[in-house]
Amino acid sequence: MANFNLKINGKTHEIEVDPTTPMLWVLRDHIKLVGTKFGCGIAQCGACTVHLGENAVRSCQLPISAVGEQDITTIEGLSENGDHPVQKAWLEIDVPQCGYCQAGQIMTASAFLKKNPNPSDEEIEGAMNGNICRCGTYTRIKKAVKMAANINQNT
Amino acid sequence: MTHIKTKLGRRAFIKNSSLAGGGLVLGFSWLNSCKPKVAEALAIEIEMPKEWYEINGYLKIGDNGVVTIMSPNPEIGQNVKTSMPMIVADELEVDWKNVVVEQAPLNTSLYSWQVAGGSRSISSSWENLRMAGATARQMLKEAAAKAWQVPVEEITAVAGILSHEASGNSAGYGEMASAASKIEVPEEVELKKISDFSIIGTSRKNVDGKKIVTGKPLFGLDVQREGMLIASLVHPPAFGMKLKSFDAEAAKQMPGIRDVFSIKLYDDDYKKMAFHFTAFNELVVVVGDSTWQVFQAKKALKIEWENNADITDTMTMFGNDMKVTFPAGMENSESHTAKLKELTGLNAKVARKDGNPEAAFKSAAKIIERSYSCPFLAHNTMEPMNFFAHVTEDHAELLGPTQTPEWMESAVSEVLGLPLEKIDIQMTRQGGGFGRRLYGHFMVEVAAISKRMSAPVKLVYSREDDMTQGIYRPAYYATYRAAFDADNKLTAFHVKAGGIPESPLFANRFPAGAIDNYLAEDFTVDSNITTGAFRAPRSNFIAGAEQSFLDEVAEEMGKDPIDFRLELLKRAEENPVGEKESNDYDAARYAGVLELVREKSNWKQTESGVHRGVSAYFCHQSYVAQVLDIVMENNKPVVQKVTAAIDCGIVVNPDAASNLSEGGVIDGIGHAMYSGLTFKDGMPEQSNFDRYRLIRHKEAPKSIETHFVQSEIDPTGMGEPPFPPIMGALANALYKATGQRHYHQPFITDKPPLIG
Repeated sequence: MANFNLKINGKTHEIEVDPTTPMLWVLRDHIKLVGTKFGCGIAQCGACTVHLGENAVRSCQLPISAVGEQDITTIEGLSENGDHPVQKAWLEIDVPQCGYCQAGQIMTASAFLKKNPNPSDEEIEGAMNGNICRCGTYTRIKKAVKMAANINQNT
Repeated sequence: MTHIKTKLGRRAFIKNSSLAGGGLVLGFSWLNSCKPKVAEALAIEIEMPKEWYEINGYLKIGDNGVVTIMSPNPEIGQNVKTSMPMIVADELEVDWKNVVVEQAPLNTSLYSWQVAGGSRSISSSWENLRMAGATARQMLKEAAAKAWQVPVEEITAVAGILSHEASGNSAGYGEMASAASKIEVPEEVELKKISDFSIIGTSRKNVDGKKIVTGKPLFGLDVQREGMLIASLVHPPAFGMKLKSFDAEAAKQMPGIRDVFSIKLYDDDYKKMAFHFTAFNELVVVVGDSTWQVFQAKKALKIEWENNADITDTMTMFGNDMKVTFPAGMENSESHTAKLKELTGLNAKVARKDGNPEAAFKSAAKIIERSYSCPFLAHNTMEPMNFFAHVTEDHAELLGPTQTPEWMESAVSEVLGLPLEKIDIQMTRQGGGFGRRLYGHFMVEVAAISKRMSAPVKLVYSREDDMTQGIYRPAYYATYRAAFDADNKLTAFHVKAGGIPESPLFANRFPAGAIDNYLAEDFTVDSNITTGAFRAPRSNFIAGAEQSFLDEVAEEMGKDPIDFRLELLKRAEENPVGEKESNDYDAARYAGVLELVREKSNWKQTESGVHRGVSAYFCHQSYVAQVLDIVMENNKPVVQKVTAAIDCGIVVNPDAASNLSEGGVIDGIGHAMYSGLTFKDGMPEQSNFDRYRLIRHKEAPKSIETHFVQSEIDPTGMGEPPFPPIMGALANALYKATGQRHYHQPFITDKPPLIG
């Protein structure tokens, strides 16, 4: 057990856990931020994606001891009122079916668009390839990412 | 406005209504507890009223006119939580923006068929939902008539406003809600004309959309309670094994671990319903403070397993007893395939025979024969199996994702020794179902664990637990033969289909009824690997096999594959073989989707470089035809576009139905192309997404277009039907693109033998 001061969604949380505990379970079980999902536990499905600084990372493979001073953003902290361009586009296209993977998809898409604000279809597919959607909403996800890029450029 | 008298017997409905009138099961306590915290999170941001007046079981109307509709069916991503309330709201004649939708708790006396399975949610509730809305509308009208002292026939209700033209009176629903709740339930109500629908048939967004994209707690795994412990299970590593003994000393010493013990779910003489089933009746349980601690402690367990003997179990399915055999031994995929091939060569059970197929094959000028197969599949819902339970001495509260709350209640009752009325099962939104959550052993497991711990417990399966627990899509094998005469006319058709442990055959589906000499046979192989319903059971293989074979038959006859199918369907429509009723499908509707897809895909004008395959199938009362376009990029096939035509009767929520069509297409391409679960010595060889391949973004079609047949027929299935046929369209397009026919799923491994 060790103490950690974590900066999550702009707030500091003091946590006492085993240093090997993955960020995913610290978020879900200790801080009770359950928007970040458990899908596979081995960084294959992307359901647990969060932002570490400005990078999209798999929180199931991120030991809490490796976070240090870096800011963590989860789906709950992506925007104040659920109005991040990616969230808006997701609602407009009505992307979700079961909805379980979508937080991870949105976190991957939002980090990607920050680095590549005007992506091609191929770049979107490449960026999103690590996030599995078992219901098969991939074509809508692609549309929503493109729409979010447009919203970004027009605001 | 002309109304249609309802056909539904009033007795059943009135029973529901009067129960709800006196019943407090629904709504009130939930609504009180949801204020104001959950109200803020609602996708539809409207202020909740101070008081609620219960009109009937399906809906409540507040004094501000806000309507709350309890959606009774499990939401597994098929959109029923949005589309079923739309039906109620349309008949109620209320503005959709004033509707709040909530998931109803389990109440089998109030809600019918509270199950997500067989694509039946909407079709089986269609009339009830319409009746609920229409009844409330009528009661509101009567309340207004009474208040204004005018005849009820003169009252109109439009978008939540009651009006009386002659007197100039008008009132919102909210103003009349309290008075309406005191009106006697009408003996008969009138339903709207289909042409008067204002919500049904229009696209409405997912009512949980905002919560989903902002990460609100919605799913079973998100359940948090004061003092809640986390539990996880260890089951045998292979099918055919059971628990012998375990040493938990090291695990118990680990931080955060509360207890380690074994549980036995069902007594040996307990007669299970088929949905109660589990491959592993005895399990080792680890309980602790947090998921990570529990997962770590599982690795420290030392467990000995032993082999099972042959097991014969009797299960009930809707009152019928079924005997199921699970032979002893450690099974292998290689021997499975060999066994299926071997049985294909032997006599099988005749399921249907028309004309004289033996003679036709004997006198044939030419025969083609092709065999098709598919592996076991794991459902792999993105949210692994989980459930919450809080069991006390005289009560059990269960909460989580299940497709069959109604059917699992009896198993929970049996294992806890509590009567049904002491068990309260509530549902969360579900991170996928696909049939997996029809089998709710995890509910029984968590109930038993909570009882033992005397604490609220959430049971969590790791992905590996989930993928290796069983209840897979069966492995299937089918051989098709077609006979042609000297004029190259099709004279006979033969299908022999088997599987482990069930056959995928539907003997009375197309092309039965369209060919004079027809033979359908089936066979089965027992196994100790457990299987269950997987999105469009049996159809999910046989559709692709049949539609691939018909493609070869058409090619053999030099015919366009759509024209060829339409010729057969014309025969089935005009002059069917056998009794028309014995053929499961409506040939005209079948032909309808093929004609629509031909038109919408510009089938006759294929662009150069595009390779196309077509497929059409009927299941769950709906008809789907799909055209799949492949282009070759760097020598690799890429699915450029899929065009789908669907006849599912009245389309309640078109954009959501299109989403299901797109999902079915991607799911079907993915499983046919990439996925499979194989076994070595009884052990699944894949246990997570590193080795079990699911389709990803890059592999999905670049675009999918869905067209619905305009129809006034009551709605039929939509969750499953788009899934099976696409596998045939994929195989047929791959052939056009590569010159190679694909017979064995997953196609990615179905390569021609290397030469030289």
